[in-house]
Amino acid sequence: MDWHQQYIGKVKHAVFHTQKTGRKRVLVSTEENVVASLDLRHGEIFWRHVLGTNDVVDGIDIALGKYVITLSSGGSILRAWNLPDGQMVWESSLQGSKASKSILNIPKNLKSDKDDLILVFGKGCLHAISSIDGEVLWKKDFAGESIEVSHIIQSPEVIYVAGFVGSSKFYVYELDAKSGELLKNNHIALPFRTSGESLYVPDDKFLVLDDARSKIVTININNGDINYNQKQISDLVKDSSGQAVILPSRLPGLSALKINSQVLLIKVTNEGELAVVDKIDNTAAFSNALSISEDQHVFAFVQYEDNKIHLSIKDVNDWSRDLLKENLVIDHQRGNIEKIFINNYVRTDRSHGFRALMVMEDHSLLLVQQGEIVWSREDGLASVVDVTTSELPVEKEGVSVAKVEQNLFEWLKGHVLKLKGTLMIASPEDKIAIQKLRLGSSEKSKMTRDHNGFRKLLIVLTRAGKVFALHTGDGHIVWSITLNTLRKSEDCKHPVGLNIYQWQVPHHHALDENPSILVIGRCGPSLSAPTALSFLDAYTGKELNSLSLAHTVARVIPLPYTDSTEQRLHLIIDFNKHAHLYPRTPEASEILKHEFSNIYWYSVEADNGVIRGHALKSNCIHEVVDEYCFVFRDLWSIVFPSESEKIIATVTRKSNEVVHTQAKVMTDHDVMYKYISKNILFVANAAPKASGDIGTATPEEALLVIYIIDTVTGRILHRMTHQGCQGPVHAVFSENWVVYHYFNLRAHRHEMSVIEVYDQSRADNKDIWKFLLGKHNLTSPISSYYRPEISAKSQSYFFTHSVKAIEVTSTAKGFGS
Amino acid sequence: MASSTKSLLLFLFIQFCFSLLPSSFAQSPTPGSSDGYTIYGRVKIPSYGTKEFSLPAKVSNVKVILNGGQRVSFLRPDGYFSFHNVPAGTHLIEVAAIGYFFSPVRVDVSARNPGKIQAALTENRRGLSEFVLEPLKEEQYYEIREPFSIMSIVKSPMGLMMGFMLIVVFLMPKLMENMDPEEMKRAQEEMRNQGVPSLASLLPGAARN
Repeated sequence: MDWHQQYIGKVKHAVFHTQKTGRKRVLVSTEENVVASLDLRHGEIFWRHVLGTNDVVDGIDIALGKYVITLSSGGSILRAWNLPDGQMVWESSLQGSKASKSILNIPKNLKSDKDDLILVFGKGCLHAISSIDGEVLWKKDFAGESIEVSHIIQSPEVIYVAGFVGSSKFYVYELDAKSGELLKNNHIALPFRTSGESLYVPDDKFLVLDDARSKIVTININNGDINYNQKQISDLVKDSSGQAVILPSRLPGLSALKINSQVLLIKVTNEGELAVVDKIDNTAAFSNALSISEDQHVFAFVQYEDNKIHLSIKDVNDWSRDLLKENLVIDHQRGNIEKIFINNYVRTDRSHGFRALMVMEDHSLLLVQQGEIVWSREDGLASVVDVTTSELPVEKEGVSVAKVEQNLFEWLKGHVLKLKGTLMIASPEDKIAIQKLRLGSSEKSKMTRDHNGFRKLLIVLTRAGKVFALHTGDGHIVWSITLNTLRKSEDCKHPVGLNIYQWQVPHHHALDENPSILVIGRCGPSLSAPTALSFLDAYTGKELNSLSLAHTVARVIPLPYTDSTEQRLHLIIDFNKHAHLYPRTPEASEILKHEFSNIYWYSVEADNGVIRGHALKSNCIHEVVDEYCFVFRDLWSIVFPSESEKIIATVTRKSNEVVHTQAKVMTDHDVMYKYISKNILFVANAAPKASGDIGTATPEEALLVIYIIDTVTGRILHRMTHQGCQGPVHAVFSENWVVYHYFNLRAHRHEMSVIEVYDQSRADNKDIWKFLLGKHNLTSPISSYYRPEISAKSQSYFFTHSVKAIEVTSTAKGFGS
Repeated sequence: MASSTKSLLLFLFIQFCFSLLPSSFAQSPTPGSSDGYTIYGRVKIPSYGTKEFSLPAKVSNVKVILNGGQRVSFLRPDGYFSFHNVPAGTHLIEVAAIGYFFSPVRVDVSARNPGKIQAALTENRRGLSEFVLEPLKEEQYYEIREPFSIMSIVKSPMGLMMGFMLIVVFLMPKLMENMDPEEMKRAQEEMRNQGVPSLASLLPGAARN
């Protein structure tokens, strides 16, 4: 194995486990449904579990001091994991009838030997579960009560279940903690509608905003009586324009209200009176309260002030004093701080020290202690959206000399170190430095192209909108950049990165130039949202240029033409059926005019079961003449019968693939010529009934139909059916063959099939005499319009394992093909 | 008195065993749930036979996958796993454990008589009377370099040549010794009579003379 990296994804919840003895760790659950235990000193993964794709983690906590409890799948699966090694200890399936908010509530008992009661609310039911073996002790169904439960409050004897019925009736149920019996049921009807969100302020109050977000309502549940107070926000703060939002941080006796970029900290007194304690500007994140002793609760917040980041930790009750105020320096590439979790430790002088775990905008995870970043993890790499490769620069003669001249000092230092190493007088630090130097100069991780093209840069676009370049030799990050076009802003609330393409691949005479990459992003998930393009230098990661497009982007088609600077031409198809030429230069336009009638592409409408072929028609007809805009026409269309077939997979050849051998020698010493065409498409259709998951269809109703289609003429070159088979189909198309993986319901096993397409028109060119006499047809022009004479060979095999993805290897010299 | 407590203990033990039995096979109408059944099963990984190159099996890293990734479940310390709310139909269960090859299992959850579950290995179509999954073989991800052995040297061309030479040097004189002296003399005389075998004598025509 060369290298192996594990990532966890963007952290949702974090729980610290820092006992005096043993290793200190932090337990996290992430948006990629990962539950993991990380080393608090170095950030390494102790253990990690990737739950199923539908098994979203709702809550994570520690029980009994030795189990990690996770609630997932909408509050229906509760699992306990052993803290040191991640072994699952028990699992409980919780039944319920109605989808609801899911809440995991584990009491923070300092004595861990007591049998903690885990309270789980999920699917409209409250379950009390023993934390030792996961047994359900009692269960109370709230499905019939039409209450939207939002809080579970546990006290030693009584459990309070609170929530709204409708938007103005607030209900509180009191349950016996031992048996789950209903003790009391109380409610209050507010004379106005509420915004729905509510905050529990320990010990017995709730804060709610009315639906106009102008009033704060305090609901008091003293001894079973419910009463409320209300106060206008404008009474608390003078400038109260803007939407008020209650921040969900749990702080005893305090609540945080966010208005515009300002956060008001409001003290809730025992009588239900509200008083503004502080106003904090430009806050980024608030933590939950952390109790460091019996009566001392602290919380942290992060503030941005002219390019500086301040981390403050304050006592909830003693507002005047800062327990900690630190300035942080965080690489601005990481974006804003989105979440913060704090933990305390006791210093040698018995004062409290704090460490903070921060989740950044680019999904990376940082641990900050004493104003320094102790470790960081690039967990954005857990959610890769698209990937492409880039060749490394060619090794040039004399490059090393130039480098030496650039940093002679470094070079000298390296040699001194090596000399020390050989004379055995190197200190341990020196040895590490020597190791690093060796590793850096080793063949594997060189930053130059190798003879066989194994070393490459993997350019990766993550869901957070960050682009990474990874070296294939050892997997280290060469560069990373957060694209401004893919960052959250006022104009664009939910930017998504879509695709990444090679924009310029220098060959031949343009080798001195660095290759560049195109990144396409869109504002929000809707197809008509505005799109932005970014161009990056593949070697340095610098953003060369960025464009906000006036049109949408449905598809990007790299054309097989380049201009004089080896810049590839691209067509961008928008949703209004226009094709736009990029780069927008006269030269590109000239090249396109020349090749106007030779450009074809296809589109797949999977929902309608239609595949269409397109060609360019003419320039757009607008008021303003745009010579880089074209309209196109439909050449052909294939309509699949919707009652019997549904498109589930399409795959085509990579446009930059090189075929190194034209023919294949069969087992009987016969030579077959490969049918090699770039305009060839593999389509897999399943019966509509059997297009779901495995286990939902019977073999009789399942059918898989395979097509190989010529995308210039729309001709179906080959068609094949697999009776009793269904998807998911994973396929790879390379050279003249396609390999696909599917599920056979009859045998109830996975299968893999290969189709090889051979050119029959050249099949006669086997006789050496024909070549000598010039009677071969190798020089006859090949046109995509001709009806190709092909023969397809197919084989199927059982394949034991299920497959997530399938790809073909490619090397510079065509090994293994 | 002592014997009676012993028998009571024995009885309890037997009862305990019986109470374990049904849980070892998949079964399951889950009361109160409208959709689906529960599949229980067990994965057994032999702890012995961990070879040098295969990774030691960690039960905590074993996953059980339903229908090619639809759901993922994990093992308890005793190897049991479960899938809840599985609809009636035919399903596929795979076990992902590094270092071991498990056959996927076809599981039929009957709709007609609820709770009836049948399991069969898909690799060899063997039915499972008890839902216990065991690895078919250990997986070897790397080709093992052949260890040094004397035979590999002997079998090499150089070794064969050496062997032949040894035979000639040591065994041939022994053969000569064992020959009868008279026989030897006769053979020598024959040799003398024939003289040096010439090309002519080797040719078929010359031999006739």
